[in-house]
Amino acid sequence: MTEENKLPSGHTRIDSLEMRGITKRFPGVLASDNVNFDVKSGEVHALLGENGAGKSTLMKILYGMYEPSEGEIFLNGKKITIDTPTDAINHGIGMIHQHFMLVETLTVAENVALGLPSSRGFLTDLDKVSARILELADIYGLEIDPEAYIWQLSVGQQQRVEIIKALYRGAALLILDEPTAVLTPQEVDEFFVIMRQMVADGHGLIFISHKLHEIMNICDRVTILRDGAKVGTRNIADITKSELANWMVGREVSMTRELEEIERGPSRLSIENLSCDNERELPAVKNVSLNIYSGEILGLAGISGNGQRELAESITGLREITGGKVLLEDEDITNARPGEVTKRMLSYIPEERMRDGMIKDFSIAENMVLREHHIPPFAEKGFLKLKKIASHSDELIKKFRVKTPSRETKAGTLSGGNIQKVVLAREISRNPRVLIAAQPTRGLDVGATEYVHEQLLEQRRDGTAIMMISEDLDEVMALSDRIAVICEGEIMGIVERADATPQKLGLMMAGESGE
Amino acid sequence: MMSPELIIVGVLSSTIRLATPYLYAAIGETFGQRSGVLNLGVDGQMLIGAFAAFYIAFTTGNLWLGVLAAVIVGALMGLAMAFVSVNLQAEQGISGIGFYLFGLGMSELLFKMLLGTVETVKGFPDLEIPFLSDIPYIGEIFFQHNIMVYGAFLLVPIAWFIFNKTTLGLKIRSVGENPEAADSLGVSVARVRYFTIILAGILSGVAGASMSIALLNVFQQNMTSGLGFIAVALVYFGAWRAFGVLAGALLFSFVNSLQLWMQVLNIPISTELAIMLPYILTIVVLVLTVSKVRPPSALTKPFDRGD
Ligand SMILES: Nc1ncnc2c1ncn2[C@@H]1O[C@H](COP(=O)(O)OP(=O)(O)OP(=O)(O)O)[C@@H](O)[C@H]1O
Ligand SMILES: [Mg+2]
Repeated sequence: MTEENKLPSGHTRIDSLEMRGITKRFPGVLASDNVNFDVKSGEVHALLGENGAGKSTLMKILYGMYEPSEGEIFLNGKKITIDTPTDAINHGIGMIHQHFMLVETLTVAENVALGLPSSRGFLTDLDKVSARILELADIYGLEIDPEAYIWQLSVGQQQRVEIIKALYRGAALLILDEPTAVLTPQEVDEFFVIMRQMVADGHGLIFISHKLHEIMNICDRVTILRDGAKVGTRNIADITKSELANWMVGREVSMTRELEEIERGPSRLSIENLSCDNERELPAVKNVSLNIYSGEILGLAGISGNGQRELAESITGLREITGGKVLLEDEDITNARPGEVTKRMLSYIPEERMRDGMIKDFSIAENMVLREHHIPPFAEKGFLKLKKIASHSDELIKKFRVKTPSRETKAGTLSGGNIQKVVLAREISRNPRVLIAAQPTRGLDVGATEYVHEQLLEQRRDGTAIMMISEDLDEVMALSDRIAVICEGEIMGIVERADATPQKLGLMMAGESGE
Repeated sequence: MMSPELIIVGVLSSTIRLATPYLYAAIGETFGQRSGVLNLGVDGQMLIGAFAAFYIAFTTGNLWLGVLAAVIVGALMGLAMAFVSVNLQAEQGISGIGFYLFGLGMSELLFKMLLGTVETVKGFPDLEIPFLSDIPYIGEIFFQHNIMVYGAFLLVPIAWFIFNKTTLGLKIRSVGENPEAADSLGVSVARVRYFTIILAGILSGVAGASMSIALLNVFQQNMTSGLGFIAVALVYFGAWRAFGVLAGALLFSFVNSLQLWMQVLNIPISTELAIMLPYILTIVVLVLTVSKVRPPSALTKPFDRGD
């Protein structure tokens, strides 16, 4: 083996990897439909497609987690079989999953060592693993403490652990399934530096993202999937961002949006000097006062982890309020139970939709009525009205274009974007008086994002008072009538739509008061 | 009237002795739970182990063959439990109760068929550890027990070592916390769980044997009277740590031993009440401790790759 074949990690390069004619059928779903895909050493190949297009499925096949129904894989021109993740790892393929695969109660070194043979036989060799981690961290510029526990790390740091895990196993080709979806803008920049370095060193990268500007920024080629099938592959140099969007969705998508002029109504939700704690019993929200009016969208901008989630949870009755008041149309709902808040027609789209927004093992139909399953028309005298529930959910599936074989499908098997549509459909369809939407388009494709935005604007038109929590400044500025910025649990200021600039908001997000 | 010193030494010495079955069973259960499997069949596995050990020791006169028999039946019950919870992905609470009832009934049936009446064996003799057993008080409390008692206490640091210092322990812990992550790194969730559940079965069988051929030296129907369930509770009490389980086992055996000595000394307290003590303690202790520690995240959740 010549030196040129080696990566800085000491492992052998993968010059080319090719998937041919890959088909994967799930019960009722053709998730991959005769797909050809390839990636070379030293390039970033983007995989783009709507929610449920089959991107994750294709990559899980490459990583040995799903067995393809049909198709072949070639590595450096030679046919290989990948039946398990171990096979993939042995061939130099690594994967960073859409949902991190880390054991929270273990340390970084333990997570890295897991499943690998130890130099000391049946005893662990964590000291050696730690040393090697630091070595790799140094080569690739990934700062990490091998002794830290995963639960102590920020999302960005956890991602670095995932990368190190793959590099440690000799990954020459790395699959990155929506790695940026959970990162702050700064973390994304840092992540791109790492990606560029890896590519320069001869790694091959597959990059999945719904953010087109990221794809334009970091990728060499892009392949588009639609309904499991490949639409085509293009060089990034030959295509513009809006061409990419239209090509992917198969129709024109508008990327900018005008807010209709509406007369702002009376205040629907007023929050007065609200304070609450986080899980560690430290103050998370400090003396926040906000008014949200009928027919307006109040954007709440801020870097995630600055009290947004706690604020939303304390309004919706999920978290104890330690000080202050919340009034919903003059009714005091301070520390009201969630059921009470529901009755007052407040709807909530939580940020962690997989965990807080639905029950994975329930069907879509059941999830659609989760909030109002106990009251007419979905229940009478304690009995569920199954017919009504069925017709209601069919209607919503159609209206919100949820991609699913049937309403009886378990919600947990849906793709990320479709899960969000289910939650959104449930929360919006009841015509709430107040809607709190946290990161409503995180992980959604361009088409679905456009759709969610339209729905929010329609709610606005109907007079709902909306609080939209988002980290995405473009989104906040496009949709909000007013923008409040939160930093370390305090409101730094409220900016009118006309006065908002990214610079101004950025400074406020970093903790400068907006006078 | 006995001197207070003698009574204290007696209570403490039998505390050590009585901790034996708790330790075997609860350490075994810890292995299972750490890997994400709740085995509620412990008591049934213990009963079958107790009977097998007793019957073989009684008929062959060889105590070690008795232990071997308990190991084998425990392993078989563990294998069945593993199949049901790993391959069939059954609801673990329910299937565990099924295994308990099976063990209870089966040991009774075998007892009636093969023995018919309550017999006794000469169990493992006490082994006095040279020098250590001569230390006043300490010697009598800790170093004048039979080999199965020592074995139980030895198991604690061994289990600690496996969990914390070996690659196997790392696999067990990760499979119990996040099986998807372990699977994605090529760890076979099924293999790890088979291993821990069978090990738990073996240790439950040995726990039973420790009662029938080392501590009580008889076999009676339902002789464990729910001890296996307390062992499950001890795992929660011990926060899934080997030494935590040890502390719990000692607490319970202490209460038990106190209760026995009160009867021996004719302290006027109703027998029924005395016997209830460990169970009341279970509830109180669980209420006080369980909310403070977090069980392995994947406990009772079958693993399915979704393929
Ligand atoms: N384990 C599974 N069982 C059944 N159906 C599945 C399973 N995994 C995925 N699917 C289905 O396969 C299709 C493709 O899903 P996949 O997760 O690959 O989409 P995706 O392109 O990654 O979407 P997103 O952008 O939302 O992550 C979806 O319709 C999904 O419901
Ligand atoms: Mg995906």
